[in-house]
Amino acid sequence: MLTEEQIQRYSRHIILKEVGGKGQQKLLDGKVLIIGAGGLGAPIALYLAAAGVGTIGIADADEVDITNLQRQVIHFTADVGKPKVESAAEKMRAINPDVTVRTYKEWVSAANIAGIIADYDFIIDGTDNFAAKFLINDACVQGNKPYSHGGILQFVGQTITVLPGQSTCYRCIFPEPPPKDAIPTCSQAGVIGVLPGVIGSIQATEAIKFLLGKGELLAGRILMYDALGMEFRNVAIKRNPNCPICGDNPTITVLRDELDALTVCDLEH
Amino acid sequence: MQLTVNGRPAGIEDKDSLSVTALLDELKVKDALYVTVELNGEIIDRPVFDNTVVKDGDSLEFLYFMGGGR
Repeated sequence: MLTEEQIQRYSRHIILKEVGGKGQQKLLDGKVLIIGAGGLGAPIALYLAAAGVGTIGIADADEVDITNLQRQVIHFTADVGKPKVESAAEKMRAINPDVTVRTYKEWVSAANIAGIIADYDFIIDGTDNFAAKFLINDACVQGNKPYSHGGILQFVGQTITVLPGQSTCYRCIFPEPPPKDAIPTCSQAGVIGVLPGVIGSIQATEAIKFLLGKGELLAGRILMYDALGMEFRNVAIKRNPNCPICGDNPTITVLRDELDALTVCDLEH
Repeated sequence: MQLTVNGRPAGIEDKDSLSVTALLDELKVKDALYVTVELNGEIIDRPVFDNTVVKDGDSLEFLYFMGGGR
């Protein structure tokens, strides 16, 4: 049952026929895990907290650095040096006391990820390295957890929602990570600060739609965004029967860390 | 031949068909070693790039790794 205060707080949701009181209750009962409390994680955490997603997990082992502040809008200047998950949790609780925030001050690995994702309805990848992105895909496919992939670089971004066993997964598109340091990430290539705001907001939208059970998820198609050309493109992608994790004859049966995909800058975090 | 590449028309002069490998070279596709190629809606596995033929009217999408997020 929604309280009087909740009816006011979520009135702009409740007035939507796709949400209503029932839908808002679904959000309050929902559990979403955000992996990465950085550029993508910041808008995702802020919007999901404001929306009243009842339980939000946030995982990141890093501390806030001054170079993060140009885009990671959940962290403030006074937070520099503080664990990112603590900085993020403070803002989320301040926005909305209805939300239970669970923090995981650790990097996800083959050893811990299955246990971390187990209790959540929907997972969001907001990480900045291929080792984590492939591990999240594999763990979500194996654990049958719907998730949103997001990737950004300079002025371009892409995102896809994966419904394990039903829709195209990350490895259907990219069977293996690129060789170490072949593709620039994080500090090397730069990123326009507002870019993760666009992609992260789309990922948060997918989590909300999933919890509500409304609309068409971004599954079986990848959304690509080019900020310089100001262009969005949707490309339909079928499942790949040769996919190493969700194909007809999967070769990945045990979770593993893609150590070769770790770059020097990942290790510096 | 006339192709559609990433949603835009692309003409290849003096050729009726090309292998995916040759096309990547012809179009000077960036990160050709790592790009994912979708031909007419099907992902082409890298080991068959050499003997997969692209012909007039085909539609291709090149999909790139994006590893950032923080």
